[in-house]
Amino acid sequence: MSHIHLSPFQTYLLLSLLKMAVVLVITLTAVAYTVLLERKVLGRIQNRWGPSRVGPFGLLQPLADGIKLFLKEDLLPLAAERPLFIIAPIIALTCSLISIAVVPFGALQTITVNGVGVDIFNVANVNIGLLVILGITSIGVYGIALSGWSSNNKFALLGSLRATSQMISYELALGLSLVGVVLRAQSLSLRDIVASQSGHGAASWNVFGGFQFVAFFIYLMAAYAETNRSPFDLPEAESELVAGYHTEYSSMKFAMFFMAEYANMITVSCVATLLFFGGPSSPFGSLIPAFGGPIIAAILPIFWFVAKVLVFLLLFIWVRGTLPRFRYDQLMAFGWKFLLPIAMVNILVTSFILAWRG
Amino acid sequence: MQLALFLIFGGLAVAGAINLLLQKHPINSALSLVVVMMSLAVLYWSLGAEFLAAAQVIVYSGAIMVLFVFVIMLLNSGEEENTHGSRAAYIAGFPGAAAIFCLLSFVFLSESKALGVANLGGQLSQATNNIVEISSVLFTKLLLPFEVTSVLILVAILGAVVLARKEQ
Repeated sequence: MSHIHLSPFQTYLLLSLLKMAVVLVITLTAVAYTVLLERKVLGRIQNRWGPSRVGPFGLLQPLADGIKLFLKEDLLPLAAERPLFIIAPIIALTCSLISIAVVPFGALQTITVNGVGVDIFNVANVNIGLLVILGITSIGVYGIALSGWSSNNKFALLGSLRATSQMISYELALGLSLVGVVLRAQSLSLRDIVASQSGHGAASWNVFGGFQFVAFFIYLMAAYAETNRSPFDLPEAESELVAGYHTEYSSMKFAMFFMAEYANMITVSCVATLLFFGGPSSPFGSLIPAFGGPIIAAILPIFWFVAKVLVFLLLFIWVRGTLPRFRYDQLMAFGWKFLLPIAMVNILVTSFILAWRG
Repeated sequence: MQLALFLIFGGLAVAGAINLLLQKHPINSALSLVVVMMSLAVLYWSLGAEFLAAAQVIVYSGAIMVLFVFVIMLLNSGEEENTHGSRAAYIAGFPGAAAIFCLLSFVFLSESKALGVANLGGQLSQATNNIVEISSVLFTKLLLPFEVTSVLILVAILGAVVLARKEQ
């Protein structure tokens, strides 16, 4: 066995690449199974079975869908702006996957390899994690905007204009709703925000003990609009706009938009969990004494995190199966005249109370 | 590491800026400008100004440039026509740009000892946190300019609303 000498920097780089690969594979699998979950649950809501033929309970359906999309012909419209048409789905998918990198999905567990301490449940612990997520979300708009424009199709253009204006409008309310949480945690690092809610289990979560339920409501509404999900799915309203911005896309390029939508759903669910529901901390706090060994203690927070994210995903699907679509002017009025003012009031009240308490 | 980041993203910023001028279609130019903004954000980050980098991405590439692209898409403007440009631009432009370049490089080279050094490593491991510093300066020493700027922006918004409203 020959000894390979790695400098601390090289060790760090290799371990980071390993973490990225693992997290990427897990996220993509989660995306595939979120699609299946949605089809199953929507089926049940509409009193039918949903996919049930491929594999036991239809569990291999994502694989079959992937193969189908991969083998389909990749059409390229003659009048399309060629480079932008190809880049647009790549931007959309990349931006929706990058945000996962700053999400801590377990308690702080540092292992030391070759003298380099590595946080194994977080790809990158950045001290402005929240701003990184906001920045990447705001870049994601380009994918949708460019796809509609470069398709050279009026339905696609209308869909992408709707998507762009909707995302710009709701980004303001979304950003402002997070200020209350940041004020309470006095940090933009996601680990610090989670730590600020870990005192007494569910009682100290921002949504309950932190009295940020107004902010949570605003965040949830804005998140539905940001991910272009029902009831704000006007950019791809199939009864008016064929399929909206991805009308002209087929095969894997369509699949990339599809995956981007579900990856965005997972990202906003992760952020909601981290900011308002205590992230990976247990809802019982210290009521239940620690049991098992160190391995259980490391895995249990991941279980709580995944459970909370799953609840949000089910909420997304439930809303899609229940609520009708908004009208466009209602959507804009709701964002600017209702969500934005109450987000500002929430910031004022939170900062006054924090200043009064000292 | 820092040098590698500087070389990659500095080069990218310059390439984006040149591409911005060379592209015929306005949307390609706008996207080149986005590349420039993003590369600048990476440079800020590598200098230890993480808040500035995030603000650059969120405000410039995420909001202002999206509006640019939105307007170009809405107007569906065609390709730029090749014109000769004004003669004054040729006469004053090149010497002016050269003079500014010489002046800046002279200042930076002669004052290189007085300029600070930022460490990327200390930055990323949270040894320094410049959000706290920025906000304390912004709300104590620079409170008046900060508030005056926000009033100015408010006035601009009101002006835009008045201009956009159609009087019957």
